[in-house]
Amino acid sequence: MENRTKNIMIVGVGGQGTLLTSRILGSITMAAGYDVKLSEVHGMAQRGGSVVTFVRYGETVAEPIVEEGQADVLIAFETLEALRYAHFLKKEGAIIVNLQRIDPITVVTGMAEYPEGIVEKLKKEYAVYQVDAAAEALQMGNPKVFNVIVLGVAARHMDFSREEWLSAIEKTVPPKTVEINKQAFLKGYEGQ
Amino acid sequence: MSNRSNSSNQSNHREERKIMLGNEAIARGAWEAGVKVSAAYPGTPSTEISENIVKYEEIYAEWSPNEKVAMEVAIGASISGVRAMASMKHVGVNVAADPLYTISYAGVGGGLVLVAADDPGLYSSQNEQDTRCVARAALVPVLEPSDSQEAKDFMKYAFTLSEQYDTPVILRTTTRLSHSQGPVTLEERQEKQDVSYEKNIAKYVMMPGNAKPRHVYVEQRMKALEEDGCSMFLNRMELRDKKIGFIASGIAYQYVREACPKASVLKLGMVHPLPKKLIEEFASQVETLYIFEELEPVFEEQIKSWGISCIGKEIFTRQGEYSANLIRRAVLKEEVQEKVPAAVPARPPILCPGCPHRSVYSVMNKLKLHGAGDIGCYTLGAVPPLGVIDTTICMGASISTLHGMEKARGKDYINDWVAVIGDSTFLHTGVNSLMNMVYNQGTGTVLILDNSTTGMTGHQEHAATGKTLKGEIVPAIDIPGLCRAMGIRHVLEIDAFDTEALEKAFREETARDEVSVIIAQSPCVLIVKEKKKTTRRALRDKCKKCGMCLKPGCPALTRNEDGTIAIDETMCTDCGLCVKLCKFDAIQQIDL
Repeated sequence: MENRTKNIMIVGVGGQGTLLTSRILGSITMAAGYDVKLSEVHGMAQRGGSVVTFVRYGETVAEPIVEEGQADVLIAFETLEALRYAHFLKKEGAIIVNLQRIDPITVVTGMAEYPEGIVEKLKKEYAVYQVDAAAEALQMGNPKVFNVIVLGVAARHMDFSREEWLSAIEKTVPPKTVEINKQAFLKGYEGQ
Repeated sequence: MSNRSNSSNQSNHREERKIMLGNEAIARGAWEAGVKVSAAYPGTPSTEISENIVKYEEIYAEWSPNEKVAMEVAIGASISGVRAMASMKHVGVNVAADPLYTISYAGVGGGLVLVAADDPGLYSSQNEQDTRCVARAALVPVLEPSDSQEAKDFMKYAFTLSEQYDTPVILRTTTRLSHSQGPVTLEERQEKQDVSYEKNIAKYVMMPGNAKPRHVYVEQRMKALEEDGCSMFLNRMELRDKKIGFIASGIAYQYVREACPKASVLKLGMVHPLPKKLIEEFASQVETLYIFEELEPVFEEQIKSWGISCIGKEIFTRQGEYSANLIRRAVLKEEVQEKVPAAVPARPPILCPGCPHRSVYSVMNKLKLHGAGDIGCYTLGAVPPLGVIDTTICMGASISTLHGMEKARGKDYINDWVAVIGDSTFLHTGVNSLMNMVYNQGTGTVLILDNSTTGMTGHQEHAATGKTLKGEIVPAIDIPGLCRAMGIRHVLEIDAFDTEALEKAFREETARDEVSVIIAQSPCVLIVKEKKKTTRRALRDKCKKCGMCLKPGCPALTRNEDGTIAIDETMCTDCGLCVKLCKFDAIQQIDL
């Protein structure tokens, strides 16, 4: 039986805002009438550890997690994390990668090395879309909204309209930050 | 069975659906069930239950100092005749085990539910224990939902069952369920009439003469639940292809549906006691029966003991979380299309930039002190580069284990040891251990890392923060005063970033032949609300690449390609720790 459920993963470093992004996705998919399940990481890993959030939507969704070899879209807020979770992608899956490098403590202390040429390596196997969202967010004068810029880039590869996205953002982010988040989204969505 | 009328009269309402976290749905279920009292101690993955309950004005909700207290608060509320609940993580149930085992005998006034959150896969815990084992020993029924909708529905029904069968009920959840979101249909709150209190010592005074007949009652109750469970909506036989049948509950049920949508499933919503006749019937209908349960073989061992042939832990692990791929591999023998994960450096959790614990630990590291540790963010001091925590067992154990070492090996043995405990954990169970150290003439040095919050679980208030779960301002318990009241003469309060004072205190207090307490104070960097005005920058021309500043492992510091130091100015909080370590004046303060 073919599984038409769409599987999305958002990965990054604890504290980068994966939860906000997945909640926007939850809101948009539910508003569109899909069954949807999200799975998040709270607790210890949020302290700078590797974090992963799953979003699945379709006619009916059973499990809330995405398993190896099944992700349609991988949204990575940090480059090393894109590589860590790439094997979760389907063959034809797409990676949206934010070109930010955050050294894990294992690298800082010299126990391991941060791999070189990650994006090139990933491009050999997958469709990779890269964005330097930190720089763009800084240009906008608000470094925190980089994650919504990344989501905007990812949104180009999903089946929702501009209006649906903006409405989901409006419903999800704190009222004071609606405008800046919408701008950030459009920066990613409509390109530089 | 005591027969309490359920005065629910559901009013007409328009259907509202909302996407909810499992824990949020549990809170909603409690509200809809008319709960009036909720008590808890924070612990991943249970914390968000209370954080959502507090949004409902009709419910009194509190953070108690520990799970035993929380359980007892809920018990008192239940005896007084209202619906009440306690929520906690799996290891918290151990702390609450004493009242739980006995309230099982006494039964309830208003409905009483304990929400216990297990953590298969150890996302944020010290063990992988299975609450169903506790429930079997305590003779308490357990419900286990498998998505957010059921989390709400089962929570509500748990109160009905509790009153109908005169028993506390455990609602068991797991990390994956608690921290997943799914759609939930909302309903109105059922206002429950409070049960009027009647003095009944045969039921509520559990001395031997009263407990004996209650034990008989408890056995009857569990038998009745076992039989009635066969026809409850909680347990559902889904007959499809009869070649393969699964018995599953909770999130594991979803993995079965994902991997084998055509297979027959007996979905258990009440996981203790098991509906024996229903299981026998299901087993007789399917050719091969698999028991698919995360953690312990609780179903499997019971079902096998009834002479039913089934397959369980022979092919499914007792460790970690399950998945649909596990079934595809172990049952369907499918080649799961899996790529080899890339070899990448691990990214374990770390102390935040500007964390006061890092400052204290850098001093301990310099003095080569060993830490008898405890539960909290500060457990992260066990790993390189700080490496100052030698033991972590459970909440409050730091002080008592250090005391045990001293009694086993003598005073000199612990001269280079300190017990390390956080403020919230100290109030949880550390107080008793400290009392013991004083009483039994220990000489240990206790370090209380007071960051004015319960950090690891996401910043909850506690008795020494001066604020309640509801946000009310209250007098704060005075931690230094509490220590002095035990007769401890050397109680030092030191700024966590004053490394010189800390070094002096460690040297003097560990050498002292009596109990002393060093309280390192500085609020958790994540709760500091003031916007930072300064940050730090490393000067390339002055940096000698010695790496001293990297020693405490601050994530804001990395090396440039030429080996000099770079500071991420957005991460840096200007805590000043690296500045103290730099002998070449190469780290400059800059204004923001």
